[in-house]
Amino acid sequence: MIVIFGVFLLTLLVITAIAIVRTENLFVAVMLQGIASLFIAGNFFLLDAADVALTEAAIGAGISTVLFLSALALTSERERSKSSNKMLSFTVVAVAALVLIYATFDKPRFGDPNAPVQTHVAPWYLEKTPEYIDIPNVVTAVLGSYRGYDTLGEVLVVFTAGIGVLFLLGSGAPLGSLPQEKINEGLRHHLIPRVVGRVLIPFILLFGLYVQFHGEYGPGGGFQAGAIIAAAIILFALLEGEQRALSVIPARVLLGLVAFGPLLYLAVGIAGIVLGGNFLDYSVLSSDSVTGQQLGILLIEAGVGITVTGVLLSIFHAFAARGR
Amino acid sequence: MSMLLDILSWVLLTLGGLSILIGGIGALRMPDLYTRMHAASVTDSMGAILVLVGIMLQAGLTLATIKLIAILLFLLISSPTSSNTLASAALLAGTRPFEEAHQSDDEGKE
Amino acid sequence: MYYAVTIATLVTMGLALIRAILGPSVYDRVLAVNMIGTKTVLLLSVIAFLYGRPDFLDLALAYALINFIGVLAVLEFFRNRALRRSTEPDRET
Repeated sequence: MIVIFGVFLLTLLVITAIAIVRTENLFVAVMLQGIASLFIAGNFFLLDAADVALTEAAIGAGISTVLFLSALALTSERERSKSSNKMLSFTVVAVAALVLIYATFDKPRFGDPNAPVQTHVAPWYLEKTPEYIDIPNVVTAVLGSYRGYDTLGEVLVVFTAGIGVLFLLGSGAPLGSLPQEKINEGLRHHLIPRVVGRVLIPFILLFGLYVQFHGEYGPGGGFQAGAIIAAAIILFALLEGEQRALSVIPARVLLGLVAFGPLLYLAVGIAGIVLGGNFLDYSVLSSDSVTGQQLGILLIEAGVGITVTGVLLSIFHAFAARGR
Repeated sequence: MSMLLDILSWVLLTLGGLSILIGGIGALRMPDLYTRMHAASVTDSMGAILVLVGIMLQAGLTLATIKLIAILLFLLISSPTSSNTLASAALLAGTRPFEEAHQSDDEGKE
Repeated sequence: MYYAVTIATLVTMGLALIRAILGPSVYDRVLAVNMIGTKTVLLLSVIAFLYGRPDFLDLALAYALINFIGVLAVLEFFRNRALRRSTEPDRET
């Protein structure tokens, strides 16, 4: 029965994707992209992948939509009609799709216990995690400890994206000729969302911190928490105005956060070397190996969360300040 | 006792599902933006209350119930606010409510 | 017993998607996105119980937050666009 729900959501996703491609109005495409994100996140949830679903919803449906809209505000809304050869591109895509569909005939069945993905390292991770790391959420254990080097790469990718955007947009002169006061007010004249938002923002921040530190026991972790905390501060910037948000958390502090996150991660790795183990070996961080692993995962998740928060907020402010 | 809870929870879940479905049909068939907003937001809150209370009865007094209460509180505070902001933004942008029905009635009478 | 609610929610998400694709004005589409967001929250809560994993309810709360912030962000975008259009009427957009 669950499979039928999943297939239905995927059908809706295909319809949304076709609508995104067919529409000419870029704003409609952004809205439909948010909806598509929600559908795929629902599907991840049906497949029992809670951490991925949380990250997809927080970043795909929330932050991505906001950033796309900020970028759309700087440019026009209609898509420029292209005069390229449509038959050729359609043929290429159709051939690629048919080849992919043919390749899926050789896949093992869904949930087959003898599939290669279930018999290689996955059982080892599932058996050894209580003994080496002792946290209930195996996904965080894999992300933080067994594959910590890959996660370091992800954090550096996020960092690079942040400084890339800041290089392109950070020094922009204001484009439009709107008076500063009118734009930076935010939704000031809408009293109800302002009052409700003021009440809710502390709880959203608290929930972000909960997701950050609860990542070892349930779905959560650094990426999701960073997105939620950034969303809370973006809400504050929307309701109270850009100037107020920049005076509460200045741009220098955001740059500091962007730099501090990867540095924290690397510091944990180098502390492993200094204390006698390998790079990113957490067992030597404390007298007891299991405690050391947990301490290491806690610190690097904090590093990930700080990086994601700083980068998302810097990108948002770079876009938002550019069009003023 | 648990049978009573089961029946009550089943009734609440069915009513909740029905009201969600009515909201969906309303959002599709209503003639105007404001009537669609009315259908969507009223049935949203109603459906959320019925479904979440129905699940809460199944969960008993555990941590899950507290989380469900938190979700319900947040939905009840944020969903009407979004609808209100959307409606007032649409009004400020100049969207007119549906008026053709009245005009055609008057023309028919005259 | 949870299946009926799940089916109702999924069908409503489909109907709201049709509204998002059809809707003549942008506010119809924002309304549809808001609806799909709140229905996703309810769907997640019900399925978390269907699976017997109540610790997945954190996701439902996070989705509710993101939906709220997303709708307010879209409305802010419109307000800015309306202001921009009112002060620069001859700009090609």
